[in-house]
Amino acid sequence: MRALLCFLLALLLVQPVLAQTALPPAPYADRQLDDPAQEKKARDLMLTIRCLTCQSQSIADSNASMAGDLRSEIRQRIAAGEEPEHIRQWLIERYGDWISYEPTADPILWPLWGLPILLLIVGGLIAMGRIRRRGKKGDGA
Amino acid sequence: MIAELGLAALWLAASLALLQLALAAFGLKQGREDLLGGVRPVAVTQALLVALAFLCLVLLFLRSDMSVLLVAMNSHSAKPWLYKFAGTWGNHEGSMLLWVTVMGVAGAGVALFERTLRRDTHMATLGAQAAISLGFYAFLLFSSNPFARLDPPAPDGQGLNPLLQDPGLAFHPPTLYLGYVGLSVAFSFAVGALMTRNVDAAFARAMRPWVLGAWVLLTLGITAGSYWAYYELGWGGWWFWDPVENASLMPWLAATALLHSVTVLATRDALRAWTVMLAVVAFSMSMVGTFLVRSGILTSVHAFAVDPERGSFILALLAIYIGGALALFGLRVGTVREGEQFEMMSREALLVVNNLLLTVILGVVLIGTLYPLMTEAFGHKVSVGPPYFDRIAGPLALILMLAMIVGPLTRWRRDRAGVVAGRLLWPAIVMLGLVAVLAVTAWGRIGVLPFLGLVVAGGVALGSLIPLTKRNLRRTPLFIWGMVIAHLGCAVSLAGMASESAFNVEKLIAMAPGDSVETAGWTVRFDRVAPIAGDNWTAMQADVSASRGGATARLRPQSRFFTSPPTTTTESAILTKWDGQLYVVLGDRLDDGRWQMRIWWKPFVTLIWLGGVLIALGGVLAIIGRERRGWALKLRQIRAGEFG
Amino acid sequence: MKSGWLLWLPLALFAALGALFLGGLLHPEERVITSKMIGKPLPAFTLPQAASDRPALVSAEFAQGKPRLLNIFASWCVPCAAESPQLMALAQAGVPIDGIAIRDAREDVDAFLARWGNPYSHIGLDARSSVQIALGSSGVPETFLIDGQGRIVFQHVGDIRAEDVPGIIAKWKAAQ
Repeated sequence: MRALLCFLLALLLVQPVLAQTALPPAPYADRQLDDPAQEKKARDLMLTIRCLTCQSQSIADSNASMAGDLRSEIRQRIAAGEEPEHIRQWLIERYGDWISYEPTADPILWPLWGLPILLLIVGGLIAMGRIRRRGKKGDGA
Repeated sequence: MIAELGLAALWLAASLALLQLALAAFGLKQGREDLLGGVRPVAVTQALLVALAFLCLVLLFLRSDMSVLLVAMNSHSAKPWLYKFAGTWGNHEGSMLLWVTVMGVAGAGVALFERTLRRDTHMATLGAQAAISLGFYAFLLFSSNPFARLDPPAPDGQGLNPLLQDPGLAFHPPTLYLGYVGLSVAFSFAVGALMTRNVDAAFARAMRPWVLGAWVLLTLGITAGSYWAYYELGWGGWWFWDPVENASLMPWLAATALLHSVTVLATRDALRAWTVMLAVVAFSMSMVGTFLVRSGILTSVHAFAVDPERGSFILALLAIYIGGALALFGLRVGTVREGEQFEMMSREALLVVNNLLLTVILGVVLIGTLYPLMTEAFGHKVSVGPPYFDRIAGPLALILMLAMIVGPLTRWRRDRAGVVAGRLLWPAIVMLGLVAVLAVTAWGRIGVLPFLGLVVAGGVALGSLIPLTKRNLRRTPLFIWGMVIAHLGCAVSLAGMASESAFNVEKLIAMAPGDSVETAGWTVRFDRVAPIAGDNWTAMQADVSASRGGATARLRPQSRFFTSPPTTTTESAILTKWDGQLYVVLGDRLDDGRWQMRIWWKPFVTLIWLGGVLIALGGVLAIIGRERRGWALKLRQIRAGEFG
Repeated sequence: MKSGWLLWLPLALFAALGALFLGGLLHPEERVITSKMIGKPLPAFTLPQAASDRPALVSAEFAQGKPRLLNIFASWCVPCAAESPQLMALAQAGVPIDGIAIRDAREDVDAFLARWGNPYSHIGLDARSSVQIALGSSGVPETFLIDGQGRIVFQHVGDIRAEDVPGIIAKWKAAQ
């Protein structure tokens, strides 16, 4: 169905040409840091920061100019020795939890982790109960 | 004229669906064979009429008839014919018409070819199928008429979104549609079986080819969609856990679970209630996906065709069909006799583990996708994305893969743990070997999940082949081959995913024509960049030569500009080698005249989609293996004029 | 004997899902990402001059006892041109407005102001969106109200429509 079509549209953010700036991208938008360890830190962080103008993808794979500016900002800060989690906090202070795909420790997110575990336990118990009962019946028969 | 003909055919088809439902309902209720006798011919006629309506719409698109609103909104006379054709279903109304068309044709298939099911169950199934179709006909006719006229006609159309102007569009959405509709047939079978209190192995055997077929198509659709996103988006990603992507994954997960439980029911007559439940869940996930995409209640889907009114319509259909089926389940399933029994150590039990894990993964995807919607109700905006899904669904999928090694090596009904463990010796040795090799070569450089993924992939690859040992390969039934190949495909796909995550090499670099760069064993040279014109676009095209070990290949990434509507897209250039893909994207031009290039070397990334194709191939073999004899018989009967 | 409640559990879960969907339809998700900096002090910044006939912009401008509007705009942004009459009206009503031009070039800003009017007292150039990000702004145009102590008190996301003007003037007066 068209699910994936819409998805692609949402991801690529098809924008009219006018809405993007003519200015070339920020210095570190698409330039890696020289230190591979720092670049890895920056990349791991970028993968979990949500793009502001395109809404449904990380800034690591977005063509939007603001995503490029954010990538540049993050790389420069990492190069200056800042820790990724500190940058994430700085961004959350400005945009709220929404900006981070990495779930925070906020209590509102607890069920997100709890529900799958609950599902696994309840489902497992139901299945176990069924099989065991059947097994017993099977022996009796 | 064509538009009016199409609309008339659509109305007639809808009336026939109503007739089909009425004949089945009254015929069954009053036990009147004369009424029931009409159900199958009506189902076939309905299919012919709705197919005619769809054909009319295709013609309107091919002829670029700008007096039809839908064509004017979504097409353009300067488009290549393939995209005019594919544009028929590249929009809301057209895609819904495709949906009911496929549903009608599938209903005719059930009417014509199903001959093993008890007659009352068969009729109830066709009635249920008509009821579902009816809802979608109403949706089309009352809120999404594809044949609405535009007066005066538009001088030319607004064009199809450039992203959708891709051969992928021609085949990917219909494939997924066919899968969804296949699940609707499984749903109808389940409803029919509940109505007539007839849940048994025969019912499972009747339903199985539809489930298998739907599952094959969903597998292909998702595989194609993933590859399409990979080359079209230009950032080298192949799965993003985007809400709309999840919407297509959920029905697949449910169908995969159903596929396994229906086999248990068909072979051992166990898991009766659960299989019926899964058939309902699988179709409900198709509809939930449709709802999420069309209603626009989640942020991902804001791009086009979202409309709260359509959302309410789909939600109403969802409530009627799924709510109704679940209520029927609650009422009736208690009267379904409990199936055969099995022990903790049996193939049935392992398939229960498979179903449990798949259901939990389905739950995780559903919860993760909808969670932002729930917190929004409390005024708290959050994002749930790859970090969550990878961490929860990833390990569950790995455990599922381990169960996949054990299941086929375990006997039905009861087996001895010690004996099963003995059969697992070789996969265990392979996995331990892989742990040792990876620990020495890649420890600390790759993540935990890719590490475990590579290990498990090796174990499953070997384990999936074990059922073939000690067999005469020529006499091995096709459905065993199907299972082996599908499971092998899972291992192949997992290996590709893990390898891409673990060993992907990225190079972002600004280059002037004449520059070269070394990355991951490749020398990539940027030769020149020049403008180029296509059918309805112009582009800047770079000439790039990539060489490794003496051999050189050319790549031509583009940055494309479309005029109707005005849009820019990047066309990545991909060089496929046996051990991976070199992925090159031409980015922006910089101040100093250099060009931004993005280059990736993705080792064994192609295995992801190769695995998907193998999985689907396994499904096809299973269908042929299970149904071959039955089909031959049915064809002979039809040729002998026994229809009706 | 199967436990009765278990058979109705799927329906209950489905009803919850349906309720969630219905809620989502009735109250569509808020697409606007508002700044979490409201109520907090304006981040310190020094921006270079963006237009030929307006001075550069420093954050110290905003802590001099009088509330001011800070408008985030760009010459390449169409809604920014659309909101310029409203900004002119606000300036005419005596509201001091400073601008930050995002990812812009001086010639473009000059041409933009010459064509659509110039309500700004200072305009700073934010070539890499770094001040925009520091403000928690997610697009152009956006308008912030900064009180006399340099605290952000209000954010308007998107272009200002004619009907928004009186409300913004009232907020500005209230911040006095």
